[in-house]
Amino acid sequence: MNSFTYTRTEDVDTAVLERSSEQTSKFIAGGTNLIDLMKENVERPTRLIDITHLPLTSITDTVNGGLRLGALVTNADTAYNEQVIQRYPLLSQTILAGASPQLRNMATDGGNLLQRTRCYYFYDTATPCNKREPGSGCSAINGFNRIHAILGTAPDNSGLGQPQCIATHPSDMCVALAALEAEVRVTGINGERTIPFADFHRLPGNTPNIDNTLEPGELITSIDLPAKGFPKYYAYLKLRDRASYAFALVSVAVALEMDGDTITTARIALGGVAHKPWRKPEAEAKLIGKPATKENFQAAAELLLAGAQGFGHNTFKIELAKRAIVRALGQAAKLEPTA
Amino acid sequence: MSTPQKINKSVGKPISRVDGVEKVTGKAKYAAEFNVPDLAYGVVVSSAIAKGKIKSLDTSDALALDGVLQVFTHENRPKIAWFDISYNDQDAPPGSPFRPLYDATIKYSGQPIALVVAETFEVARYAATLIRADYEEATHETDLEANLHKARKPKSGIASLLKPPPPKPRGDFDKVYEEDPNKITGRYVHAAEHHNPMELFATTVVFEKGGKDGKGKLTIYDKTQGVTNSSMYVSQVFNIPSDDIRVLSPYMGGGFGSGLRPQYQLFLSVLAARELKRSVRVSLTRQQMFTFGHRPATVQNVALGALEDGTLNALCHDATGETSQFEDYTEIVVSWGGMLYPPKNVTMEYKVVPLDVYSPLDMRAPGGVTGMHALEVAMDELAYNLGMDPLQLRLKNYTDIDHNEDRPFSSKELRECFRQGAERFGWSSRNPEPRSMKKDHNLIGWGMATGIWDANQMPSRAEAVLMVNGKLRVSCATADIGTGTYTIMTQIAADTLGMPMEDVLFKLGDTDLPFSLISGGSWTAASVGSAVQEACQAVGKSLLKLAKKMPASPFKGVKWEDIEFADSHLRLKSDQSVAVSLQTLVDQNGGKAVRESVTSLPNAFKQKDYTRSAHSAVFAEVMVDEDLGTVKVTRVVSAIAAGRILNPKTSRSQILGGMVWGISKALEEESAMDHNFGRFMNHSLAEYHVAVNADIHDLDVIFVEEHDDIVNPLGVKGLGEIGIVGMPAAIANAVFHATGRRVRDLPITLDKLL
Ligand SMILES: Cc1cc2nc3c(=O)[nH]c(=O)nc-3n(C[C@H](O)[C@H](O)[C@H](O)COP(=O)(O)OP(=O)(O)OC[C@H]3O[C@@H](n4cnc5c(N)ncnc54)[C@H](O)[C@@H]3O)c2cc1C
Ligand code: SF4
Repeated sequence: MNSFTYTRTEDVDTAVLERSSEQTSKFIAGGTNLIDLMKENVERPTRLIDITHLPLTSITDTVNGGLRLGALVTNADTAYNEQVIQRYPLLSQTILAGASPQLRNMATDGGNLLQRTRCYYFYDTATPCNKREPGSGCSAINGFNRIHAILGTAPDNSGLGQPQCIATHPSDMCVALAALEAEVRVTGINGERTIPFADFHRLPGNTPNIDNTLEPGELITSIDLPAKGFPKYYAYLKLRDRASYAFALVSVAVALEMDGDTITTARIALGGVAHKPWRKPEAEAKLIGKPATKENFQAAAELLLAGAQGFGHNTFKIELAKRAIVRALGQAAKLEPTA
Repeated sequence: MSTPQKINKSVGKPISRVDGVEKVTGKAKYAAEFNVPDLAYGVVVSSAIAKGKIKSLDTSDALALDGVLQVFTHENRPKIAWFDISYNDQDAPPGSPFRPLYDATIKYSGQPIALVVAETFEVARYAATLIRADYEEATHETDLEANLHKARKPKSGIASLLKPPPPKPRGDFDKVYEEDPNKITGRYVHAAEHHNPMELFATTVVFEKGGKDGKGKLTIYDKTQGVTNSSMYVSQVFNIPSDDIRVLSPYMGGGFGSGLRPQYQLFLSVLAARELKRSVRVSLTRQQMFTFGHRPATVQNVALGALEDGTLNALCHDATGETSQFEDYTEIVVSWGGMLYPPKNVTMEYKVVPLDVYSPLDMRAPGGVTGMHALEVAMDELAYNLGMDPLQLRLKNYTDIDHNEDRPFSSKELRECFRQGAERFGWSSRNPEPRSMKKDHNLIGWGMATGIWDANQMPSRAEAVLMVNGKLRVSCATADIGTGTYTIMTQIAADTLGMPMEDVLFKLGDTDLPFSLISGGSWTAASVGSAVQEACQAVGKSLLKLAKKMPASPFKGVKWEDIEFADSHLRLKSDQSVAVSLQTLVDQNGGKAVRESVTSLPNAFKQKDYTRSAHSAVFAEVMVDEDLGTVKVTRVVSAIAAGRILNPKTSRSQILGGMVWGISKALEEESAMDHNFGRFMNHSLAEYHVAVNADIHDLDVIFVEEHDDIVNPLGVKGLGEIGIVGMPAAIANAVFHATGRRVRDLPITLDKLL
């Protein structure tokens, strides 16, 4: 870990100004990811700007009937918020499937979106990694890649050649936010903007060092949930190597609307399989107007996994993801028990 | 004569840990927590490659930093011992022990290549990132499977005394197996594992001027399972008079075998302290916890043959384990079948493959949990092959004789373990058909297995002092690696002299105390416990002498056999009213404490004709998601026969810990090696998975009564390892019963069941 300066700001504008005046500075929120990475010498900020005292710590209603999660609300406070539990139970459940109580008490909603991959090589500065050191190579492709991506790994230039990075985005919460079609509000030196969740994280292409579409120095101020919360038909299924405190090998967030047995709206987002939460509109469209049956779920699963590619240790994820999708859809449609 | 207050015996009672409050309030201090003025901090730099040479090591940027005191490397290290023997420790396998900072050669990935010492930990850590190593890489081999053709017999040495090679073949396995109507064979692959105790390896060396050779005196707080081991190592390697070294380790945040050998932070911190003439602390990082000993990766083959009635008459068990290029680490993997079962035609073979890794190191039930997994899964497979209940097959082949040695067990209540365990579990209602039990998507399975572990006793010294204030102080340089040693030794001492536990203080983990070997192999209770009992008895004998000298003593002519100690009194067995308080007796000693030390040796004469082992019967229930492959261990009953249970509470905790680890080993633990780099990659507790609370459900422990006066004077067998031994096989067998799929490799992760 290198030495750095530390400042704490009380308002958003100062935070953004400080951040953009020193390119190598970083915001620090709960610190549960950033400090680990600093200790491993992966992140080497010259300045930490503590944003935990910014007035972004509340959950409020939005004008269009949705809910605004301040960027600095903790994961725990979000998951246990009455409004979230009532209106967006999928989100609550998803957050609680992640990390541990202690971590969720510290971790913030903004920080959760920006947590970095858990790729072993990314964390080990003795090994090459394109995400950590662009151009050094990807150790995972021919290495130990049990936790790695099976979708969306193709490089730019029309998908030819070796992937540049097969890392996954490790968040659980983001899988639900993708399914719920949240929006991310950010403030930068040039003012505010809103990014649809589907556009927030990106695929690695040839620049795997860039995880998302935030401009340098932009601060997340809130995550806005739309009015539609799918409180009735939803499920989050997380498959991992132990029953708690492990990142997803594969996870599935499902949100449905049903008319009797017929599916009228379907959202399916996958975690643990790509550089971002994975959705496929064609697969969701395939379910609309169809009865909730295993066959229909299977067809959707096949579509979602179309083009999936394994790299050896992680090839099992393709079949696992398909089965998980079928199960989660069944749970959301209440054909299956959830436990 | 006083009227004594009644004091209940403590042995056999569920006594809470005497050090419990210290531990949960944070008062108990660990090696990295002893603070002294003017302490310097060392941070280790680890090699990035697995094999080759350091071409150059640029330390200039690090040295230029404010606060950096020195960077030690192979280029500037002081002279250290020349001969291999100086580096040997109490658990060293045959070979040439690893020497940190010795020369430019890189022998494994993560090898320490430099130690940065600075005024603060933060500066040292930053400086460590500034050191640039340039390597000349050589081709490394780290893949056991790819190098099986290099398997060879291990060399033997002192370690072979405790870990003898497998016995010679007997009968004619090939012929009998060929003709057997029922036979099975299988191959079992285990990943390497790391101990990963919660406490990181650390050493604080307190430096004082002076010493016999004028080069300073060292007080060393080390994370170790044996202070005498660390002290001998430091003395020999650095040529320091042993009087100038004191090693302390009052507490250990988990050992599991990882502290059986001096780890390299001990070497590095002592080196730095002597060179800088300053107190130095070196703590390893979690990643560096993956850069020394580990449970070796293994490949095993088991073949069993039986007659129609289930008589096991052919057994072949071979195993190949990984070792380093510099030492032949061995463990007992294949010999258990010949002890536990009576087949007449047996071959057992154990080989090693040297790879470019650090030497493996004993880890909870080393070899036993490995070999018994393969053997007991094979037994289950044979039972299915025979159409016989797995428990019936074990009863059919039950023996009270260890056929490897051709001698009886000193005691073996395994049959009773089977009976009580099966009854508690409800085994008799099991439908043997795989996939016969189902709830929603979950297939439910029941499996069982046997466990066995050696009950050894080592020589140990102990001292007991009845002080002038009537309190008893007992001591031994042994370790409490989290097992409850403090507590049971206090109990033994208190009961031997009929005192309340509050009046007894037991001290350990300090080389100023009477000598004891490393604490491992489940032998501490037996070895140190016997020494403590004998030391207290010696004090008792002195007290009897004092009693006889009292004016008008009622004890004149009374023999040792005629008296007992109870209620803090010495009294006649035949007439309890003839009693004298211990305080009165010590008062007779001319103002001095009554002090006795003993060396307790195993009674070889009594033990030699018997095999001494602890046994277990494990019954497990699992739920396997039929689509998703997730396994949940819903229920386990372990019935344990391990001699006398000194303290049912700490004993149960030991067994529970073993069972939890058994679940972890069966389903989760694996140090994942990237063979391109020859490096373990999941080097954090986020990615090296050990069982968490949510993985653990109903665990039930039964202690079966077992009387044994051959094993040692206390009749105890040790509980450190027996809890884990039968678990992986019981779980794997339950997974088979649930799914009909025989997974022979560990860990059984969900991908293996898709
Ligand atoms: C052992 C372990 C297990 C875990 N398991 C899981 C799991 O199973 N599932 C899961 O989803 N997560 C898991 N996590 C990750 C955890 O959820 C994240 O670390 C956490 O959400 C990050 O939030 P934080 O506030 O601590 O972020 P920090 O560590 O403070 O920051 C992370 C990054 O976000 C940036 N940042 C933070 N806030 C803002 C903002 N408002 N605007 C702009 N930039 C910002 C920081 O500069 C930094 O780069 C685990 C973490 C650990 C350590
Ligand atoms: S997968 Fe991505 S993060 Fe991992 S080594 Fe390759 S480039 Fe680095």
